[in-house]
Amino acid sequence: MDASLNQANTAGIVARAQELFDDLSFTAAREWKAAKPGRKVVGYLPIYVPREIIHAAGMLPLGIVGGGDQLEVIHGDAYYQSYICRIPRSTIELGVSGRLDFVDGMLFPSICDVIRNLSGMWKMMFPGVYSRYFDVPQNYRDEIGGNYYVNELAELRHDLGELRGSPITDEELRASIAAYNENRHLVRELYAFRAQKPWQTPAAEVYLVLRAGLVLPVEEHSALLRDYLAAAQAEERPMRDNCKIVLTGAFCEQPPLNLIKSLELAGCYVVDDDLLLVTRWLTENVPLEGDPLQNLSHAFLHHSESTAAKYEPDEKEKGQHLVRAVTRAGAEGVIFAAPSFCDPALLDRPMLQHVLKDAGIPFIAFKYAENSGQMQPIREQAGTFADSIKLWSGA
Amino acid sequence: MKTFVGIDLGSTTTKAVLLDENSDVIGRGITNSRSNYSTAARVASQEARVDTRFTLFRRALAGAGGLAGNLDEFLNALERAFRLEQFVEQLSDLEQTCLGHIKGERFATLESGVKEALGQVFARLREEAPELYAPGAKRKSDFFRDIAGSRYHVHAEEVARAASVPYDLLLNVYDKSIIDVENRPPEGNLSDKFRRALARVLTSDSSIRSTAAEIQKTIESVLDVDLEETYLVGTGYGRVTLPFSKEHIRSEILCHGLGAHMMYPRTRTVLDIGGQDTKGIQVDENGIVANFQMNDRCAAGCGRYLGYIADEMNMGLHELGPLAMKSERPARINSTCTVFAGAELRDRLSLGEKREDILAGLHRAIILRAISIISRSGGVTDEFTFTGGVAKNEAAVRELRKLIKENYGDVTININPESIYTGALGAAEFARRAFEGGSSTEATA
Amino acid sequence: MSTVIVTPKASPKEVLKDASMVKQKDMMAAHYDRLTNAPKTGAKVAATFVPGNLNELIMCFDLVNNLPEVNAIQNGLRRTSGGFVLEAEKIGHSEDVCTYVKSDIGMMAKGNLAPNGEKFPNPDVLLLSYTGCFTFMKWFELLREQYKCETIMLHTPYMGDGKVTPNMIEYMVKQLKEEVIPKLERISGVKFDIDRLREYLKKSAKAEDDLVWVLQSAKNKPSPIDAYFGGIYYIGPIFGAFRGTDDAIEYYKFLREEVAERLAEGKGPVTPDGDMGKEKYRLVVEGPPNYTNFRQFWKMFYDEGAVVVASSYTKVGGTYDFGFRHNPDKPLETLAEYCLGVYTNRSLPMRIDMLSNYVKEYEADGLLINSIKSCNSFSAGQLLIMREVEKRTGKPAAFVESDLVDPRYFSAANIKNRLESYLQMIEQKRASARAA
Repeated sequence: MDASLNQANTAGIVARAQELFDDLSFTAAREWKAAKPGRKVVGYLPIYVPREIIHAAGMLPLGIVGGGDQLEVIHGDAYYQSYICRIPRSTIELGVSGRLDFVDGMLFPSICDVIRNLSGMWKMMFPGVYSRYFDVPQNYRDEIGGNYYVNELAELRHDLGELRGSPITDEELRASIAAYNENRHLVRELYAFRAQKPWQTPAAEVYLVLRAGLVLPVEEHSALLRDYLAAAQAEERPMRDNCKIVLTGAFCEQPPLNLIKSLELAGCYVVDDDLLLVTRWLTENVPLEGDPLQNLSHAFLHHSESTAAKYEPDEKEKGQHLVRAVTRAGAEGVIFAAPSFCDPALLDRPMLQHVLKDAGIPFIAFKYAENSGQMQPIREQAGTFADSIKLWSGA
Repeated sequence: MKTFVGIDLGSTTTKAVLLDENSDVIGRGITNSRSNYSTAARVASQEARVDTRFTLFRRALAGAGGLAGNLDEFLNALERAFRLEQFVEQLSDLEQTCLGHIKGERFATLESGVKEALGQVFARLREEAPELYAPGAKRKSDFFRDIAGSRYHVHAEEVARAASVPYDLLLNVYDKSIIDVENRPPEGNLSDKFRRALARVLTSDSSIRSTAAEIQKTIESVLDVDLEETYLVGTGYGRVTLPFSKEHIRSEILCHGLGAHMMYPRTRTVLDIGGQDTKGIQVDENGIVANFQMNDRCAAGCGRYLGYIADEMNMGLHELGPLAMKSERPARINSTCTVFAGAELRDRLSLGEKREDILAGLHRAIILRAISIISRSGGVTDEFTFTGGVAKNEAAVRELRKLIKENYGDVTININPESIYTGALGAAEFARRAFEGGSSTEATA
Repeated sequence: MSTVIVTPKASPKEVLKDASMVKQKDMMAAHYDRLTNAPKTGAKVAATFVPGNLNELIMCFDLVNNLPEVNAIQNGLRRTSGGFVLEAEKIGHSEDVCTYVKSDIGMMAKGNLAPNGEKFPNPDVLLLSYTGCFTFMKWFELLREQYKCETIMLHTPYMGDGKVTPNMIEYMVKQLKEEVIPKLERISGVKFDIDRLREYLKKSAKAEDDLVWVLQSAKNKPSPIDAYFGGIYYIGPIFGAFRGTDDAIEYYKFLREEVAERLAEGKGPVTPDGDMGKEKYRLVVEGPPNYTNFRQFWKMFYDEGAVVVASSYTKVGGTYDFGFRHNPDKPLETLAEYCLGVYTNRSLPMRIDMLSNYVKEYEADGLLINSIKSCNSFSAGQLLIMREVEKRTGKPAAFVESDLVDPRYFSAANIKNRLESYLQMIEQKRASARAA
């Protein structure tokens, strides 16, 4: 693969992102690791880990979000009952089939009981890999949750330093924070541009470009983002008579790419979503001066995305992030798309729907699995939704 | 002689196997399970006893003279004649039962007309009966309900039209009666039926007339043998109401494991894909179950799934495998969820995917599920025995062979055409062992 | 045809209850009366969960404790949960999620009646002392939406690495000091008195000693108790609203005496059909039970002579058998430690260790997993647990599935088939071992 990527058009950039997306053996990450002796790769699951710390250790943070619809699960089903979502079984498949044999560490964020338990399974099944359940505070006061979180971050920092063979310095951390600040800034810019001109940046493209950030070094990904944004702004694409929607509930197990495409084909421009939240979890730049762990903690407590896996201490705030997203992106409705058997998304859904109802925002809801093969029902629902929104707004 | 009976009450069919003292299979019987398990057990068991007589006839006639070279032909003829006798007997039962059901307001003015029509229908049925059992004749099923039912409908429609009797009345009488008849096994004396059947064969086949007396003598000697039901063991899918007392029940998993061991003594892993469940069983060198797992609550990937697919595609169940074999590019089917099967299928067909490719993908999906269940039970150890209805499906077998090879290397894979009797065979062997071992192999309590 | 083909006759028996069960029933009834009378007596009500239940602390503020899981269980046993679950699904809850939650939401929609027929009072505070299960967090957000009352979160970190770290304890103690206690003071109007807390903790420890003695009596052969079906009754007071009370001390003293007596007489467990017959199989059970068909499920075991000698579910509201007791000398730390130690807050490798040790220490024939659809906290990973425990103990495991309080997910034939096959397999293995 040509590293000095400089395609002028979106098609070339998207093709590369698609190639990375299709590659279930993570060749790009393998090549990165092989390029220099001593390099290490640390995998992480949705929704959020402080990638800065992994990066600061000179390691590649590798986002693992299941196996998608092209991975045949042969072994993974032996570990899970039929009523458990898809992502852990395809993740196990990736592990058991050797596709992750180059990964030196795995972080399992605090998102739900299934991923939590997977952390222990990974310890049992892959004893040579550094596996950690990455807990985050559900208390958002600096002196309580913050203290706890800083200590957790310090433990992670310590462990990864050990894995590397030398401690991670503050300077390294600051440099990494800067790299990710830039990356997040670019992602937010892309999202802002899409909200304005969604026809210029189809949801599936934005998704692929974001997804590339899970397997590429952050610097390379930032370059890709910049190129894509420039190309997308430069190209004129036909505008369709679509309505604008916010997609929510898809923060963990990923919908098939076809599903995202189907939404737009059915008449819904996706102008905001909660896909791949890790790429923009922290909503403001993390300061470079001062204690880096304190800064990361502060950002997590006070400037991070809202999602079902997080406790909302303030009842009045519950679901408001969604209303704000709708307003910010100029959306006309919300589509709840949750993975089957996803406890956080599905338990949260009724509360969010009540908030939307009170705010007069229309919505629909359906479920999917990362390997859903049938898009017809989804196309129909999304199409009907788009039509009804147009009817309302026309009336 | 001592016989050991194993009965397997399945959700759709009930199977019985008779063993002799040497653990040799001497008879097999099968019937539809109906809603009445006691009857199903009785009928299957009686069928197995009939089959046993044929085994004994064969043994006796092979040793005696008079049929050199024609033994198979003779026994086939005898069996057809015997089935005909049974059929005619049940027809009479059905006719009597139908007559008994001609009452009530609906028949007030039509009673005699209906009676007359019934008489004609049954006369026709009796008349054509020998044809049904002629050499080479194909029957859709060997169950009385299936054979009689389809012909009854044909004749009843014609007779009703000709006689201006409402067709639905004839159907109504039939529907009420068939359940009664089905729930009572043919009661006539078996030996007499064999004798009448033998007489039919002897009169129709001139080639053996010269040795008729000798044959007759041998047959009589076999009929004289008392088939003592020395011990019976029943099994069946977790039914609360198996019609056997507790000491005569063994779990179907244990029976299945032992049955597979009986068929292939080197078996260590057994996979059974039945209509509503899939089992992975590990057995030791004595056929004792060491571990097992079954599909979880979700019945996706079981045999019934193929049934839905067949219905959805308007095909026969047995046609699915051959069509799937024609595929060159199997589709990746991601869900074996029975609930969504139809929708997914239509979606794919509408997208222009080929039927054979979809089917090939479906077969692979089913086998993948089965592989995960085997894996839960402890994987595959040589030799591997595959049983159940899906083992008859060549496309499923092809995928299974492929996956076993990929994941467990070279393993001998056994598939027995009589695998439907695996559970009953194991049960019969349990019966034999229970008798042989007295109380020592019984539960300690 | 021989006579062994029989038509079975069913003979329903009188249900027997032993004395401690009667006492517990009275305690529960009194508690429900206290709850439903709260509007009259002016008592304030705190809703909270079983795992991480801070009963001693709640009592320091004179609050009455209402446990929605226990209400869901009651509704399961009374066979009303099915309708409640449907009601919740009708108003927008997914069929995929926890049926405790849906039973609770459905019950509220249908009048919110307690088992005594009176209306449950609205809680004054939701004490979300949550541990071991993410669903709790969503559950109380859902209740908060309904009741619009104050919610206090006490976050228990997960023992992902199999140990309690000082950071975890410090975090929890801080939450107790700076969040939980000040808010409870404000809501209840009662000033926090740490000595009062110490008193309650002392009482807790006393009852806990007796509970552990009772649960460990199952190491005897025959076991005088069933540590799963029976165990669920035994843990009731300590997991529920009675930890730290004199009532609980008395209950466990009484229970211990009863069990000691059975032990002396060489008796097996008490079942709803009276004394159990000869003990033929000893099992360790992982996972919660099914409550809609609780008795039917249990009967499948005792009819076959199978007794459960240890279970993980009886550790879901606190794990006491490794020595932990509520410690009055470290009142806040001990509450933190208690929350951290509940079974579902333990990592998967810890659970595997625990279950393997149970099989060995209680000399069990194997592990039976009841996999509960509602409960991913328990269920996700159970198939690996099964594999590992089999490997470590050399004993076979079995797997059945049901749900907590959704009657749609209890298939008797399915479970019976697997259970009987499992028990017969054990028997056959023994027979062939004897023969060898």
